[in-house]
Amino acid sequence: MNTLSVIHKTAADLRVEPNLLDYEKTRKTFTWEAARTELPGGGLNIAWETVERHTTGALRDKTAFRFLSATAPPRDLSYGDLSRLTNRFANVLRKLGVAKGERLFILAGRIPELYIAMLGSLKNGTVVSPLFSAFGPEPIATRVNLGQCKVLVTTDFLYLRKIEKWRETMPSLKHVLLIAEDDGQTNIPGTLDFASLMADASEAFEIEPTTAEDMALLHFTSGTTGMPKGAIHVHGAVVTHYVTGKYALDLHADDIYWCTADPGWVTGTSYGIIAPLLHGVTSIIDCEEFDAERWYRILQDEKVSVWYTAPTAIRMLMKAGAETTKQYSFPQLRFVASVGEPLNPEAVWWGKQVLGLPIHDNWWQTETGGIMIANTPAFDIKPGSMGRPLPGVEACIVRRNETTGEIEVIEEPNTDGELALRRGWPSIFRGYLNNEERYRKCFVDELYLTGDLARRDADGYFWFIGRADDIIKSAGHLIGPFEVESALMEHPAVAEAGVIGKPDPMIGEMVKAFVSLNKGYTESEALRRELLGHARKRLGAAVAPKEIAFLSSLPRTRSGKIMRRLLKARELGLPEGDTSTLEGGASA
Amino acid sequence: MTENEVQQIALSVLASIAPEVDGEQLQADQPLRKQVDLDSMDWLNFLLGLNEKLRVEIPEADYVRLVTLNDVVKYLVAKLP
Repeated sequence: MNTLSVIHKTAADLRVEPNLLDYEKTRKTFTWEAARTELPGGGLNIAWETVERHTTGALRDKTAFRFLSATAPPRDLSYGDLSRLTNRFANVLRKLGVAKGERLFILAGRIPELYIAMLGSLKNGTVVSPLFSAFGPEPIATRVNLGQCKVLVTTDFLYLRKIEKWRETMPSLKHVLLIAEDDGQTNIPGTLDFASLMADASEAFEIEPTTAEDMALLHFTSGTTGMPKGAIHVHGAVVTHYVTGKYALDLHADDIYWCTADPGWVTGTSYGIIAPLLHGVTSIIDCEEFDAERWYRILQDEKVSVWYTAPTAIRMLMKAGAETTKQYSFPQLRFVASVGEPLNPEAVWWGKQVLGLPIHDNWWQTETGGIMIANTPAFDIKPGSMGRPLPGVEACIVRRNETTGEIEVIEEPNTDGELALRRGWPSIFRGYLNNEERYRKCFVDELYLTGDLARRDADGYFWFIGRADDIIKSAGHLIGPFEVESALMEHPAVAEAGVIGKPDPMIGEMVKAFVSLNKGYTESEALRRELLGHARKRLGAAVAPKEIAFLSSLPRTRSGKIMRRLLKARELGLPEGDTSTLEGGASA
Repeated sequence: MTENEVQQIALSVLASIAPEVDGEQLQADQPLRKQVDLDSMDWLNFLLGLNEKLRVEIPEADYVRLVTLNDVVKYLVAKLP
């Protein structure tokens, strides 16, 4: 198969008229000011634009979210239900004395309470940070402390497993609200029962006034040298969520939409909660883990028309085989998009051949808050490319001069460099919490430097090459090697640890750790397992290494930094590159 | 091979992926992934490990039936070569 060829779109490929039809013209005439006026509230409060404004109109009784679970019948929440329940939750917070700007974290699976707590918090002006429920106790505590979290909403099950024993390491935590996983009531000392608080709260609530620049969401992302960074997002970001839902996901009012991302990651919030509500569509939320047949059945039975998923899931569906796909049919499905890591050309073509629809890759980051570069329905796809910048987004390829710190924009097509974006779209992050210096380092003049290496071809399509740093991309999630190394170093046997992303055909990269041992410890399978268990207990399966290897010592630079790049090159059997800064010389 | 022997093998495969698990604490009739923190890759590796150890083919279509440790053991015993 020629993976460099192009998938041409014809009128027959389009079941509805795409929202973005004339790329050049729309880009020329588009302004964020005009886009803002398409939102009745002017984009000042996310909860108003997503929920409250719909409650007096035709959408009041329309299903906003349909929750699917393996053990219970589907549960639907209409836009009207969502308004009432989020009002109740906002009242719960007010009664607890939680003020505007204070922070609430949510640690839960994709259950209705997560959605209600998030939107209710935004009504109260409370800043929300969703955490991935597969995180272990350490990543949770690190983020809670960095974010000075005052209220935690979680389930009784997760609390007992991941919080209770570590609670005193999180002094900012004032209230813990527990959702009973068996739908009953919780009764654990030092916590409050979510259901009882909700039952006692009023359904009337006046949204706390916010401005477009008020902090709304805190999304943690991984750093390469330090602990995670809390990217600050504001209420005004909602304008980007609206515009990208319109152009990149092509949402139309009658769509049944399924975003498979977990709200613990930015995609699951921006596009699993906010964007679909802005467009008044019905969203499918599956509370279960990935299962190929289950997913095909959902696409079929729920009549999903727009599907936003991730490369790892697509590759797992490919692995399940075409025979499985053939047992299902999805005549309503009309648009499929993917994000998280670059989608390999084979997967784009697989979509075309097996689903009957090519898969549209797009690109963005936690820091950008919304989709920036995308393949959209009306335009040709070059499989392997992330597409072209959306209206309102100016992207370019730059070269950094390491000595002067200056930036040179590369106009020549097909030249490798760092992907940069011109400041000015509403959802750009407004800072890393308590880390002004790292925030400032992301910008040179008006350009945001993404840390992703890419090239642009002569047709204006962008192609991802790799990360400019050591951050690991596993199953679409960013994992900071430092966080993993720190956890390993806490074990008395470990003298030093270096963590890399080892390429994996299914999940992109898997976390692999190299450790050297302290005196008195010897390499053994038992110790390897002990370290693996140690890391998994602290970090959780999603972050912990899948492989651990022993080395007598780790390669370090003269300044003492572990050379993860060299570890990776050795793992892959690649040339080791310039090792002149290596401690002990290049022969190491 | 008895159910008990198969269960021991399943637990040893599980311990190679998630060494933090205490086999004694596992409730064999409760969903395994509720009790053990396994992501999708761990789960696939668990099933692949069983396949290697016991030479039992586990087609993807059957994954959905393997929820508890008991499910896994019964399934394997029925399909042992």
